[in-house]
Amino acid sequence: MPKLKLPAPPVPPAFKPKPRRPDEHQHTAIDHAKEGGIGAIGWVDERMGASGFGRWLMFRKVPKGTNWFYTLGSATMFAFLNQAITGVFLAMYYDPNAINAYESVRYISNEAFLGEFVRGMHKWGSSVMVILIFLHMARTFFFGAYKYPRELNWVIGVALLILTMAMSFTGYLLPFDQRSYWATVVGVNINGTGPLVGPYLSDFLRAGPDFTATTLSRFYAIHMMLIPGAIAALIGAHLYLVTKHGTTAPPWMKAETDPDLRTEKE
Amino acid sequence: MNHRQKEEYLREYSILKNQGKPFWPYAVAKDGAMAAVVIGSIILMSIVLGAELGPKADGTTTTYVPRPEWYFFFLFELLRIIKPPELVPLATIGIPTICMILLFLLPFYDRGPERRPEKRPIATTAGIFTIVAMGYLTYLGAAAGSPNEIEMEPPPSVVAQGEQMVEQFESGKQVVAQAGCLACHKIGENGNDGPGPHLDDIGARVGRDAIARTMVNPTAPMPSYAQLQEENPERFNNLVAFLSQLKGEEEE
Ligand code: HEM
Repeated sequence: MPKLKLPAPPVPPAFKPKPRRPDEHQHTAIDHAKEGGIGAIGWVDERMGASGFGRWLMFRKVPKGTNWFYTLGSATMFAFLNQAITGVFLAMYYDPNAINAYESVRYISNEAFLGEFVRGMHKWGSSVMVILIFLHMARTFFFGAYKYPRELNWVIGVALLILTMAMSFTGYLLPFDQRSYWATVVGVNINGTGPLVGPYLSDFLRAGPDFTATTLSRFYAIHMMLIPGAIAALIGAHLYLVTKHGTTAPPWMKAETDPDLRTEKE
Repeated sequence: MNHRQKEEYLREYSILKNQGKPFWPYAVAKDGAMAAVVIGSIILMSIVLGAELGPKADGTTTTYVPRPEWYFFFLFELLRIIKPPELVPLATIGIPTICMILLFLLPFYDRGPERRPEKRPIATTAGIFTIVAMGYLTYLGAAAGSPNEIEMEPPPSVVAQGEQMVEQFESGKQVVAQAGCLACHKIGENGNDGPGPHLDDIGARVGRDAIARTMVNPTAPMPSYAQLQEENPERFNNLVAFLSQLKGEEEE
């Protein structure tokens, strides 16, 4: 943790607490509740020491000129969280074996409470996440944000992009309807044409030379344990580096020298 | 970037950063607004567009559409554009792998200090070209349908072989139409031009047994029809019969 002297954050005027009047009663229930809350936070912080991290994360400055394009990264993260949460609810009903998979998805769509809605959010959320990740990548590309000292963050980003596409690929099979089945058969075959590792990769995905019942459970395990874990960990590393280096200023911003340095102070 | 340029960048950046605003609450407010738009759009799409579920997966025969999710169209279209069989591995794996490596290594070969897009003509042009190419390929993929009907009269050579042959031809045609072959092959005016070869004269080029062997044990990325042969040999035979009668003769 770098030892930073952080300035008190400027609070917009409307949110500034009003100073207490001298004759004000200090022992209302609200006052007690406030003190209780602060006391509890203090208790935890005394034992965990996380407030330094919180200040480091929240009260760092973002450079002058930061604009809406800079929200695309966090928007990608929220799309990922949406996938994670809706995915948990789908997993409560989904049955990853070739005999029951289709039926369980049909049950989710037609019978389970809000089932089709949650499935729809997961399905369309995947498109939204892919669009956002490409937009975010385009932003960092055109702003030259991959240059020194943020090269490593770009590399982590590309890994996230590949993993996101792998999520889409493995998830597409799970409803186990005609379209998803045949698209995946062709997709795995395409993998197999690759040089050297191609055939091995295909055999690994299919769990053997043929498309069998094990293939589905393998895709399921990859889709809901292996890749999401890797993505979550990499997003953590990505955001750590973002916070550490700070986000870039837009490339056309020029630093003005502090006027105090130029003119004599009265 | 050499050492001096790095120092210069860091200095300039620290000034800009100091002139900025704190993350909380300013950036958080923007991020939060954007997050609301994102989640709102997802909810809206889910309500309006729903989540369809096609017929159950069936390894034998079907009216299936072997189509990936739309954001994979650009990869699939590469296959249609690069057709010679010996180049297929290039399209399927070669080009995407090279692009991935180029993407990974970007910060290591583009190390100039300049960050303004208009002052980085090569990077900016390459970026725009990539976006346009991917957009165009996605559009092509979206526009290519997967027809499941074949309009084609039995050619004279089939008619000459008698009533029974015509019947087999017709029902084989049905199987081909329903099995999704047209997603990747073209027969007469029907179907998509690639990734697979034209089948107009497949019967003239390849023997009947060889066709059957290919159906069971195809070259990737074509899926195998072994299950169809096992579970419904009659349909499978009709399919092979139909294909072996295509001699490319009824072209005018
Ligand atoms: C799951 C996917 C991803 C998430 C959740 C994510 C999240 C973020 C966030 C929140 C930021 C802070 C600044 C901003 O929002 O623009 C950021 C910055 C950055 N991201 Fe990502 N990102 C993802 C994928 C990618 C990809 C695919 C790339 C590029 C290949 C990438 C490269 C970068 C770079 C270079 C920065 C630094 C930008 C700067 O300092 O201006 N990220 N990311």
